[in-house]
Amino acid sequence: MIKNISNLGDAAVYCDFGNEIDQEINKIVINYFKTIHKKNIKGITNITPSYNKLIISFDLDITNFSTIKKEIENIEIFDFFEEKKKIIKIPICCDNEFALDIERLTKKLKLSKDEIFNNFLDKEYFCYMTGFVAGMPFLGDIDTKLRLNRIETPRVKVPKGSVGITEQFSNIYTFESPGGWNIVGNTPVKVFDKFKNQPNLISSGDKVSFYKISKDEYLNFYE
Amino acid sequence: MSDSILKVLRPGINSTFQDIGRNNFYHIGLPFSGAMDKRNFLISNNLSGNPNNFPVLEFAYQGPLLKVEKGKINLAITGNVNFKIKNKLSKKIDGECYKNYILYEGDEIDIISTNHSVYGYLAVSGGFKLEKYKDSYSTTIRAEVGANNGNKLNNNDKLYINSYEKNFLNRKIKYMDSKIEYIRILKGTNFDYFSDDVIKKFLNEKFLVTKLTDRMGMRLKGPKLDSHKNKNIKSEGLVKGVVQVPSDGNPIVMLSDHGTIGGYPKIAVVISADYDKLVQLSPNTKIKFKLIELDEAEKIYKFYKMETDNLINQIK
Repeated sequence: MIKNISNLGDAAVYCDFGNEIDQEINKIVINYFKTIHKKNIKGITNITPSYNKLIISFDLDITNFSTIKKEIENIEIFDFFEEKKKIIKIPICCDNEFALDIERLTKKLKLSKDEIFNNFLDKEYFCYMTGFVAGMPFLGDIDTKLRLNRIETPRVKVPKGSVGITEQFSNIYTFESPGGWNIVGNTPVKVFDKFKNQPNLISSGDKVSFYKISKDEYLNFYE
Repeated sequence: MSDSILKVLRPGINSTFQDIGRNNFYHIGLPFSGAMDKRNFLISNNLSGNPNNFPVLEFAYQGPLLKVEKGKINLAITGNVNFKIKNKLSKKIDGECYKNYILYEGDEIDIISTNHSVYGYLAVSGGFKLEKYKDSYSTTIRAEVGANNGNKLNNNDKLYINSYEKNFLNRKIKYMDSKIEYIRILKGTNFDYFSDDVIKKFLNEKFLVTKLTDRMGMRLKGPKLDSHKNKNIKSEGLVKGVVQVPSDGNPIVMLSDHGTIGGYPKIAVVISADYDKLVQLSPNTKIKFKLIELDEAEKIYKFYKMETDNLINQIK
């Protein structure tokens, strides 16, 4: 449940669910997000769920902090996790030219390439949140044996489609962007497709797994 | 009457189409975007006889050079902008902001620069003919969405303009944005990550707006703001106006195209009423912050809104 509600500036409500990163807590945040989203409360312009916080932005021309706070305190939250969700399967090519940090990982984790990929691939991950750049999913939790910090000097450009790991998480770079995650492969799938009605392939609360494809399959994916 | 066309002879540094912004997509990573300076955006549309939320051309520092390729165009420029209008007889006139002009085929408008500010706006009567993305024309370059296929203006682009019924030549207001002494802020959610000493520096000393400033964020330089707790927080949502402090101690203010999630402590948030003034601060200006309370910020916003409405009412 919400531990504390405060203001973030004069046009947003900040709901704090604690400091832990935990799927059960995150599911509560997502339930709040979905319930508030569905309720269409007057003046709310954006709702941003993350690991253990929920930020609700509003239009100060229409409403204010105390009005939205009251609404949130009195809202009846629905559970959106009752039904089993299907797993979104993401193909990735793990050849050396795409797995930019695999050598670093083998050294630091003291595991072979095969051990790393066998551990990472074909497992079910949970999407804690989506964002930073459009459509980027934050997935977890990866096996404790694979957990490592970010690379020391972040790359100026991480190629679009790169799949990275750091700490307990995995992500997909939906656009070329600066970044410091350990890159283990690249997906040909459009994880953010602006022409789709719902442009993001992966949403908060979804289940995701990665499977390996060859470079040929990678290059011919959309044929 | 058919559409008129403006041809881009020089795009300017960062010219994009913007409206008031895009709601409801923070949760998938799309920022609000929209016109940086909301008041000047609204005035430009009203001077052109358009509804409040028509898309306009926003430019930064150096604006575009545009030529009327076809038809007749009624336009207005807002902000603090140095521009010239060149008609077919090669007569150049100095342009005046907050005033309507008519340009005919062959005429040019040269938006030379913004003076002691960053953003200016060009609105045309009838509005630009553009496509919406998810209910908004606002361009978010980093996500490649919005009008003009999510791109900045480019050389030789053609801008199509809807026909309009009547001229608004008599429309004009006198407006000059007042100078500011400080940017007012509210405590951020990690305010207590900073010691009393650091807070004192934050509130008493000046910060320089650096060149590393764009529609996404404004990087400031001044006294180092070192957190005595964690240098990082667990990643969470951001809103525009949030002042984040990365581990190097130099604060960054999140602006309209900001990443939707961030992991640095939030020391403060700029109040909504001061946002327009904040974004107009050009690199090398110095600013000071002033801490106020939420109820004051709400009152100041009401006053800001009333002032904007009054300016708009003067036009009609």
